[in-house]
Amino acid sequence: MSELTSAGVPPVGPEDRARGEGLEVIAYFDLACPYCAGSWLRIRELPLRLVFRHFPVASKHPRAPALHAAVEAAGLQGRFWEMCDSIYLDQGHIDDPHLWDRVRRFELDLDRFERERRSDAVAERVRRDFKSGIRAGIASTPAAFVDAERVEGNVEEALAVRAE
Amino acid sequence: MVGLGDFTGRKLVLCFYPLDFSPVCSDQLSIYQEVLGDIEAKGASLVGISVDSAYCHRAFRERLNLTLPLLADFHPKGAMSRDYGAYQEEFGTDNRSLVLVDGDGMVRWSYATDSVKDIPGANLIFDALGG
Repeated sequence: MSELTSAGVPPVGPEDRARGEGLEVIAYFDLACPYCAGSWLRIRELPLRLVFRHFPVASKHPRAPALHAAVEAAGLQGRFWEMCDSIYLDQGHIDDPHLWDRVRRFELDLDRFERERRSDAVAERVRRDFKSGIRAGIASTPAAFVDAERVEGNVEEALAVRAE
Repeated sequence: MVGLGDFTGRKLVLCFYPLDFSPVCSDQLSIYQEVLGDIEAKGASLVGISVDSAYCHRAFRERLNLTLPLLADFHPKGAMSRDYGAYQEEFGTDNRSLVLVDGDGMVRWSYATDSVKDIPGANLIFDALGG
């Protein structure tokens, strides 16, 4: 990774994965993080414009890089959020055969999914988010930002209050 | 035994932290592990230090897949940490702090969090290393 000195969280751009309407929240998630999975259950229900950024911590969660690549690859076939939801709602099934089951369920092209989740472009897409998170000082997940300011404390509770 | 002399001519980042296996310390060391290669690319080494024993460190490293060294400031308890002002007598553990030592063994920068629940982001290490 190149430059990792302090920098503010990058503003939302055309390559970001975003959904919903309401308060815009940039959130960094680790798809293999149990805390994130717990937060996701609540955050996904909030009236927010949620911008998802990748923050896989591989040493702690060895499966995380593969999961982030998988959701990006699913996103290239228009099923990013479905794959995210599915992974967070079933953390007990995150090995490759389980991903392939999801690909079939979402009626994606499995060969394309396999090719793209291992591509340099997808790896770079994930790495770019991770790097921006490091530069913003993130050291645990989930981490959220509103108007470029870090949301302090329990993220899902703080967002629930702010989303009202 | 490891001493500063083992790092002569190389920048050294000392990471004092309270306890192996605690949730916050686990987050902190995992994040530093993720950027360890980038730290080393800056000509620096990073070591973690706590009052845990070498056996505890070994288990903690295995649990988190850490390759960065962890130094056991176990006996006499906290001796090195006291030298750097990182030992908390009240709690019997280190605080959460970073110290940058240059290749000549001189302290060039340090940072301690106000609360052990806070983690200094890895970005601060890169700021201290000069980008």
